[in-house]
Parts: sequence; structure tokens; C-alpha cells
Amino acid sequence: MENLLNQLPIGLSIGAVLLLIALGLTFTFGQMGVINMAHGEFIMVGAYTAYMLQDWAGTQAAAVALPVAFALAGAMGWVLERAAIRHFYGRPLDTLLLTWGVSLVLQQAARDIFGAPNVQVVAPTWLSGGVHIGGTVIPYNRLFIMALAAVCVVGIWLYMNRSAQGRRMRAVMQNRRLAACSGVATGRVDQLTFFIGSGLAGVAGVALTLIGPVGPSLGTYYIVDAFLVVVVGGLGQLRGAVLAALALGMLNSFAEFWTNASLAKVIVFAAIVAFLQLRPQGMFVLRSRALT
Amino acid sequence: MSRIMNDKLRGYAMFAAVSALLLVVAPLALPGFRLDELAKYLCFAIAALGIGLAWGQGGMLTLGQGVFFGLGGYAMGMYLKLHDAGGDLPDFMVWSGVEELPALWAPFRNPVIALAAVVVLPVTVAALLGALVFRQRVRGAYFAILSQALAAAFVILLVGQQGLTGGTNGLTNFYDFFGFELEAESTQRGLYFVTAVVLGVLYLLARQLVKSRFGRLLIAVRDGEDRVRFLGYNPATVKTITFAISAGMAGLAGALFVPVAGIISPSLLGVVPSLELVVAVAIGGRYALAGAILGAIVMNYGKTAFSEEWAGGWLYLQGALFIGVMTLAPKGAIGVYQQIKDAVARRRSVPAPHQEKSPASLKEEVPA
Repeated sequence: MENLLNQLPIGLSIGAVLLLIALGLTFTFGQMGVINMAHGEFIMVGAYTAYMLQDWAGTQAAAVALPVAFALAGAMGWVLERAAIRHFYGRPLDTLLLTWGVSLVLQQAARDIFGAPNVQVVAPTWLSGGVHIGGTVIPYNRLFIMALAAVCVVGIWLYMNRSAQGRRMRAVMQNRRLAACSGVATGRVDQLTFFIGSGLAGVAGVALTLIGPVGPSLGTYYIVDAFLVVVVGGLGQLRGAVLAALALGMLNSFAEFWTNASLAKVIVFAAIVAFLQLRPQGMFVLRSRALT
Repeated sequence: MSRIMNDKLRGYAMFAAVSALLLVVAPLALPGFRLDELAKYLCFAIAALGIGLAWGQGGMLTLGQGVFFGLGGYAMGMYLKLHDAGGDLPDFMVWSGVEELPALWAPFRNPVIALAAVVVLPVTVAALLGALVFRQRVRGAYFAILSQALAAAFVILLVGQQGLTGGTNGLTNFYDFFGFELEAESTQRGLYFVTAVVLGVLYLLARQLVKSRFGRLLIAVRDGEDRVRFLGYNPATVKTITFAISAGMAGLAGALFVPVAGIISPSLLGVVPSLELVVAVAIGGRYALAGAILGAIVMNYGKTAFSEEWAGGWLYLQGALFIGVMTLAPKGAIGVYQQIKDAVARRRSVPAPHQEKSPASLKEEVPA
């Protein structure tokens, strides 16, 4: 029983990582219907940003790395949106393949710039150690990631529900054409959405450096799971993303506990297909009279 | 009328020419090693044909075709492994300390069951997934992501079950293929012919399917699923059947790949190889079945040729090619060819004739 309880914080921290990664996707996928396969590479950009900053400024650079990675990954996302994706609206499957091409190029670029082997980012000293709860130790870096995820969620909630720009974003998400009729510059909203969504991937990348090595294929490990979070949570649904990320994280850690790592993935997949039998559009659905 | 006859004749002539090229010219002109390579490309072309059917004609972007390729491949590989081992355990099981043959393996001792499983296994998995997913109207991007997740889970499962599947190494070191020595050049040559003929037959069958009433329905589902439903058909059935057929093709491709390449391993089946197949179809031209085959052969040739020279460059080139094709020519090489042909035809006939129905006049946007 005690071992079972130990899985709880593990599941929570897996969920937090998933949530950080999926947050950006809920926007780009949810609002704009863009399946951005290059999202994983924006995570990688964030992770390498932390690595570079550590090279220049030492291990205490983590705090600076977060905003820098946000800006850098966001800028790359913005460029991608302007240069390519905006020509593909209404063709979600084509954007998927297009952005996959982009992700291939970015990965190879990382391999050429930083080398194929993984690099290590040393966590700042104030994140070493952990809290003892019962029989388990929750490392500070895991707690930091959970806190970071919570801060991001609250920040985004405030942005979407309490700012004029966020209101426009929701309007475009709910009904793009009507929003355009009402004078919302949907193109500009799209740009901003993409900037924020990609920037969040950069933040997630910095967080990932705390729990593992950084390599050119970092993004590909997480991207599929992150998409599943969005599918389960429902498109563009903040609370859906939060709940789905935590649920998948928990399910993963408990399934791993009862079986093993490889079977756990299959169990999670089966659970998702079963869940979609009940709610084909995810946990939360934007109500609409549109047919599709 | 004569124009249609001409098109038909030209189609036959094209098929005959390509057949002659593959069955006569290539075996004569290519050294054994290159012919082996070509046989591999043809295996991928069979899988790509399935994607062309499911995605190009049916609008289902399946990013997990590697799973079905793998199911077929492993079914074949398991039989070959057991056959080579005689009554003993396959070598890799001994290495990973497995004491007795797992129950999952036992049926594959029988060649008939193994050969049947090559098609039946992938078709069953695809039909099951398709029935569950399409019935609930999960489609478009959702379906793409689910199929991709299936590929990811499948590979992790294969790697994790070392004693059962050979782990990362997969199944390899086959010696005997139904009484023929696999190393021998004559066997490899024979396998090449088998692969080429299977590809040709499957292409003709797929073409017939697309032209049939079912094929029309399939294209209708792609272009307007809801309208098809309102007309009283069940799109879920149409999609499930097509998805299962495409999975069966991938399974056959995988089974042929095993003796041709001498290996089946998770690195051939995961998210990236599955996506590469889709890329090939897109570049060749997704709306034409021939485009899928063309794309698979050309892309895989390009990969081999380029990787021999400059390994990293291929990824840049592939990425760039892909971005270019998606932005400039979403209908791929065949689409470009059609456009040129139409432009030439328009210039020749001064008073514009009635609009010809060609793949180029298909709907610009396929709804997800």
C-alpha cells in the first residue's frame, strides 16, 4: 500500500511535465486547428537555451533561462506561422506533414550545431535535495516543475479570461468568422496565439533539463504523449488539458507500477481509445451548432 | 469519347512499360546488391499503396502504418526463426534466458498459420481500431494522432519484451526460406520477382476497388462525410473496411520485407518510419495510386543514395523537399504532371473542349 502511495507524486510529476508541454498545443491545436509537429523541436530549443545560458553564465542561470527560452521559442513559432502555416489554414492534415518537415530540419540543425550526443544541464544548487513525505522523497526539481506548471496554468487562465487580448482569442476559438465580422483581427490573434503556444514549449524545454539530458531528439519523446493529452482533454480547453495531463500521468505511473514500462504505454493507449468511446471529442467540448 | 479511349490505352501502355522496366530491365541491368535494394523499395511501395488508398482516396491520414508492416513482418519472422531452429528455441531467446517457447509463438510453427497471420493479424487490429474509432466519428487530426500513438506504443512494447520479440535487435539471422537458401543470389532474385508481381497485382486490385461503387463511396466519404451519412450510407463501415485493407497491404509488405532484407526490427516500424511512408506518398502524389508507388521508390532510393554520400544532408533535403511539396504542389509529382499535361492540352485545342475529369480537377481542399 505504501509503495502504491509512492506512485502518487511520480504520477503527479509526470502529469506536470505533460501539462507543460501540452499547454502550448491546446492553443495552437485547439484554437487554430494546427497540428504542430515542430512543437517538440521548440521544446528542444528551450532546453538548448538553458544549456547555452549555463555555458555563459553558470549553473544559476535557470531563472533567466525561462523567459529567454519563452521568447526564443515563441519567436521561432511566430516565424513558422508567418512563413508557412498561415497558408495552410483549413488543411490540418497538411500542416501536420509540413511541420514535420520543419521538425526534421530543426533536429538535424541541432545535431550539426550541438553534436549528436546528449548534453547535461546542471540543476542550480538550490534545487538539489527534496522533501520527505512519509516514506518517499519528492525531489525539489520535481516540485519546481509542478509549481511551474501551476504558475503557467494560472497565468494563462488570467490571460484568457481577464485580458482584452485573451477575450479576442476565445472569440476566435469559438467562432472565427463571427469574430472576424465583429472586428477582431483574426490574423493578428493567430500570430500571438502561436507565439505564446510555442513560447510555452520553450518553457517546458527548460523544465525538462532539470530531469534529464538534452539531445536533438528530445522533442520526439514527448510530442506524441502531449498530443494525446489534447485529444483526451478536448480542443482548446484549459481545464481539459490540466485534467487529462494529470490523469494520463497518474495512469502511466500506476500502470508502470503494476506491470512494466513497455506494457504501461499499451495500457494507456487502450484506455484512451476506450475513453474516446464515451467522449469522442474529449473531456470538455466547446458547444457549437456547426456540423463538424 | 476517343479522348477517354486514349487515356485508357495510355494507362495500359504505362502499366505495361513500368512492368517491363521492373520485371525485365531492372533484373538484367542491376547487380545483385542493387536489385536487393530495389526489392526493399518495392516492399515499401506496397505499404505506400495502402496509404494511398486510405489517405489519398479515403482521407484517413494514418501515421501508424509501421504497426501493420511490423505485424506482418514479425509473423513471417517468427515462422522463419522457428523453422531455422528446428525443434529448439530461437537463438535470441536462448541469449535472453527464456526456458521454453512462449505460447504466443507456438502457432507460428505452422507455415500455413504464419502466412495467414501475415494478413489476418494487421487486418484484425486495423478493423478493431477502425470500428471503435470511426463509429464514434473520431476523424481527421484525432485519428492521425491516435494512429501515431499506436505506432509509438507498439515500438515501446516490442523493445520492452526482449525475450518475446528480440527487443531492439528484432528478428534477424534467417537462413532458410521455404526450402531455399536465403543467402543465395538466385533466392534473392526470385524474391525480387515475387515482390514486384505482388505489387503489380495489388495495384491493379486497388485500382479496381477505387473505380468500383465502393471506391466512389470512399471518395465521397473523403470529400463530404456528413453528406454521405445523410444519404443513408454508413461512413464508418466504408472507412473501417478501407483502413483494414490498407493494413493488410502493409502486413504483406512487411512479410515480404523480412526475407528480402533479412531483418525486422522496431527501428523500421516506429513513428518516424511510419511518417516517412506518408511523406513518400505525399511527394509522389496522394490522389493517384501510382503516385504512392512512385513516391515510395524514389524517396527510398534518394535516402540510400544520399545517405551513402552525406548522411545528415538527407534529413535537410527531405525536410526541405517536404516543405516545398506541401506549399507549392500539395498534389505531389503526379499532380504536377497532370497540371503540365492539362496546360499543354489547353494550348493545343483552341476552342476549349468540355472539361476533362482528371485528378487535377479534384477538390482543392480535402476536409479533415
